[in-house]
Amino acid sequence: MKRSSRSRRIAGAAAVVGALLATAACGGGSDEEGSGAGFNAAVKGVAAKSAKKGGTLKFVNKQEFDSLDPQRQYYGFAWDFSRFYARQLISYTPKPGNAANELTPDLATSTGKITNGGKTYTYTLRDGITWEDGSPITSKDVKYGIERIWAKDVVSGGPGYLRQVLDPKGEYKGPYKDKAKDKLGLKAIQTPNDKTIVFNLAKPNGDFEQMLAMPTGSPVKADKDTGAKYTNRPFSSGPYKVQSYAPGKSLSLVRNPNWKKASDPIRPALPDKVSVTFNSNLEAIDRLLIKGDYDVFLSATGMTPSGRNDALKHNKGNVDNIVTSFVRYVDFTTKVKPLDNIHCRKAVIYGTDYKSLQTTRGGPQAGGDIATNMLPKSVKGADDYDPYGIVKRGGKADLAKAKDELKQCGKAGGFSTSIVARSDQPAEVDAAEALQASLKKVGISLNVEPIQGSTSASITGSPAVMKKRGYGLSMTGWGPDFPTGQGFSQPLIDGRFIEQTGNYNVSETNNAEINKYFDDALKETDPGKAGAIYQKMNHKVSDLAVQMPFIYEKNITWRSSRLTNAFSSAAYNGRYDYSQLGVVK
Amino acid sequence: MLAYLIRRLFAVVVMLLVVTLTTFAIFFVIPKWAGADPALLFVGKQADPAAIEGIRQKLSLGDPVLVQFWHFVQGLFAGRDYANGTDVTHCPAPCFGYSFRTEQAVWPQLTDAMPVTLSLAAGACLLWLVGGITTGVVSALRRGTLWDRSAMTVALAGVSLPIYFTGLLSLAIFSYSLKWVNVDYKGFGDDPAMWFESLILPWITLAFLYAAMYARLTRATMLEIMGEDYIRTARAKGLRERVVIGRHAMRSTWTPVLTLLGLDLGALLGGAVLTETTYNLPGLGRLAVNAITEKDLPVILGVTLIAAVFIVVANLVVDLLYAVIDPRVRLG
Repeated sequence: MKRSSRSRRIAGAAAVVGALLATAACGGGSDEEGSGAGFNAAVKGVAAKSAKKGGTLKFVNKQEFDSLDPQRQYYGFAWDFSRFYARQLISYTPKPGNAANELTPDLATSTGKITNGGKTYTYTLRDGITWEDGSPITSKDVKYGIERIWAKDVVSGGPGYLRQVLDPKGEYKGPYKDKAKDKLGLKAIQTPNDKTIVFNLAKPNGDFEQMLAMPTGSPVKADKDTGAKYTNRPFSSGPYKVQSYAPGKSLSLVRNPNWKKASDPIRPALPDKVSVTFNSNLEAIDRLLIKGDYDVFLSATGMTPSGRNDALKHNKGNVDNIVTSFVRYVDFTTKVKPLDNIHCRKAVIYGTDYKSLQTTRGGPQAGGDIATNMLPKSVKGADDYDPYGIVKRGGKADLAKAKDELKQCGKAGGFSTSIVARSDQPAEVDAAEALQASLKKVGISLNVEPIQGSTSASITGSPAVMKKRGYGLSMTGWGPDFPTGQGFSQPLIDGRFIEQTGNYNVSETNNAEINKYFDDALKETDPGKAGAIYQKMNHKVSDLAVQMPFIYEKNITWRSSRLTNAFSSAAYNGRYDYSQLGVVK
Repeated sequence: MLAYLIRRLFAVVVMLLVVTLTTFAIFFVIPKWAGADPALLFVGKQADPAAIEGIRQKLSLGDPVLVQFWHFVQGLFAGRDYANGTDVTHCPAPCFGYSFRTEQAVWPQLTDAMPVTLSLAAGACLLWLVGGITTGVVSALRRGTLWDRSAMTVALAGVSLPIYFTGLLSLAIFSYSLKWVNVDYKGFGDDPAMWFESLILPWITLAFLYAAMYARLTRATMLEIMGEDYIRTARAKGLRERVVIGRHAMRSTWTPVLTLLGLDLGALLGGAVLTETTYNLPGLGRLAVNAITEKDLPVILGVTLIAAVFIVVANLVVDLLYAVIDPRVRLG
């Protein structure tokens, strides 16, 4: 009798636990499409097009902003977000897909008037452009903002492209050490009047306007500049201003009443308020998005495996499969034997099972498409060049060709080498191990060497260390700072960019033909013609087999049912163009 | 008693000085010995040579180590300036450092996070003490019964299941699916009802882990004490069982429980890292984790110091409480 009552109690308890777990597992309902605008609606075009104003647009994120100061930002999501409160002379076109890469005037009336053989760019500022205190934005404010990036000891962190093209010798020391009364001593920029600004480049660079479109090109009002502390309260030139900011907790933007819609051809400024909440738990972020508490995952690095399974199963209409412009690839260290021999490198390429590498990254949807060459599709000059027939053989290894290449390399029995992978990027270690397994079949023995990501600058970034330790391969990934061949490829493959520390040209490629392609492309102010040159450059890189790309990255991104005007923008690595978003209420 | 208190307070001050010196050495001196540049560690992710030089100037890293330590201690009591030419940042007392990552002083970040951790620790502590000690006592008194076995099995599960499992499970069931509780933390001053609601799950989850340990400890201690001579004497005097247990046995049981409580509470007040991360509570633990992720060394240093203070103070309080709960203990 006693035993029977105990069994009943245990059975009862088990039933309760089972029911709770089942409830938890079922999650957000059984509707396959959910209430969203449809699967990939924001990739195919504009999801839920609307001009309705009002409501609060709610972002959630795990990662903190690197900075709110436009001159100090380098995180991609921060660049996308900063357009809420910072404007530039020119910016990216608010259109879906690759059309976003076209530059369009923002504070300026038109794109630059180029003279002096491509060395001088002149802009005229629009009427009605104002700061959050209602004062007009002048050409001097634009110059002062750009000058701040010279003060590297105070305003650190942002990209230095403008410094390199305007003052390659580093003669200017920044506005805080500027002896001029108005702190506008940078000679390369002239402001003949409040409406005109003239940039004089040391030598032509066809991507100069791309550099101006970055947040580093934003104006800063000198008397509102708080130096390093500007990050906590940037003074707004855009439709929203910072209401409150608690790093690691939350950020709140409210409307800037002095911003005039007529002065801004880019931003519709639909929501009344924009909020960012930081949450330390990625799983929780997915659940809260699915629950409807937030609209967008700010950094847009993809959902967790359990979150995306749930989303794809029950709310597919709220999901976009975005292409991020990142390429996952392996660098061959061409100074480490036997990878100095092109046939040994080709043996690795033919011996690689790309399918298995793709699986470790999450498969075709959550990982991405198999890559056949280095240039991501969002960069002009990209094509389907596939000299090793990777797509043709369905991403599988070609063992016969691999063995043939090994023979030509003089290593018919195979060889041993090491591959470096960052241990704080588990997917890189997994991919390195998958590569190890597939190369074993052709007799290439790969030793996986995990390294701390924070030490990579002194390991993969040091040609001497790579050679000394015999690291023949390096598992890595790369995304463009701006969508051109220069913005993506130059640090990786131009021989003049090989550094003794902090080197990104890990393959140590220094090919005269490739270097010349860069020189020629930089002289071109027509993006189409520059793209054609970058295409040839990219083919040459493939032919030399110095890098082995394997994934054009994609991820699964959640789009809330409240969200309007959502579209994936190539200019922001596939993220939604945040400045265009609205909410239903 | 007064002399003892003064002696202990003096020892606490010395201990805190040693902790400060050790922490300073770990963050400033040891990296130097190991060939690393402390400025590089303090600058965070933005390791531009000019930015590193700026930090070197601001932290006066060119000064002798003792002078640097003096500035550090001076900052704690009188505040300090971080100066690099015209770029001067004042950090008011108590200056636990300045984050060059967020461009904010560390102390306000600590005081912002402290109430959250305090709320979490106090509520969970109350729950685990009530739950753990009651369970332990009842188990000891009903040794070998179904209750005892079940309670100890649950306690074993509690000790074994990590917070990131029980936490995520509780979130999945009670917040995301059943939607019974909202876990978006709000400060007590902003919204007391929401504060309570957001902390229910973290309290229960954290208490489940600790209650299990306390239940097992209480049971073991109680079993040992119930066999003592003075318990037999108390019973022989004809005292009621409730008095024997409540007044005599429990006093002795409290001593090891309190010792453990001092350590646990002290450590918890320094930041319940896993609980705060799982439930997204903006307390000291999450602040520390974020700082580690962002390589924000000044904040890590600040949290380390404050955690050490909590542990030292919590242990002092426990030592003083010994005399209150156990008349055999004489302070002096």
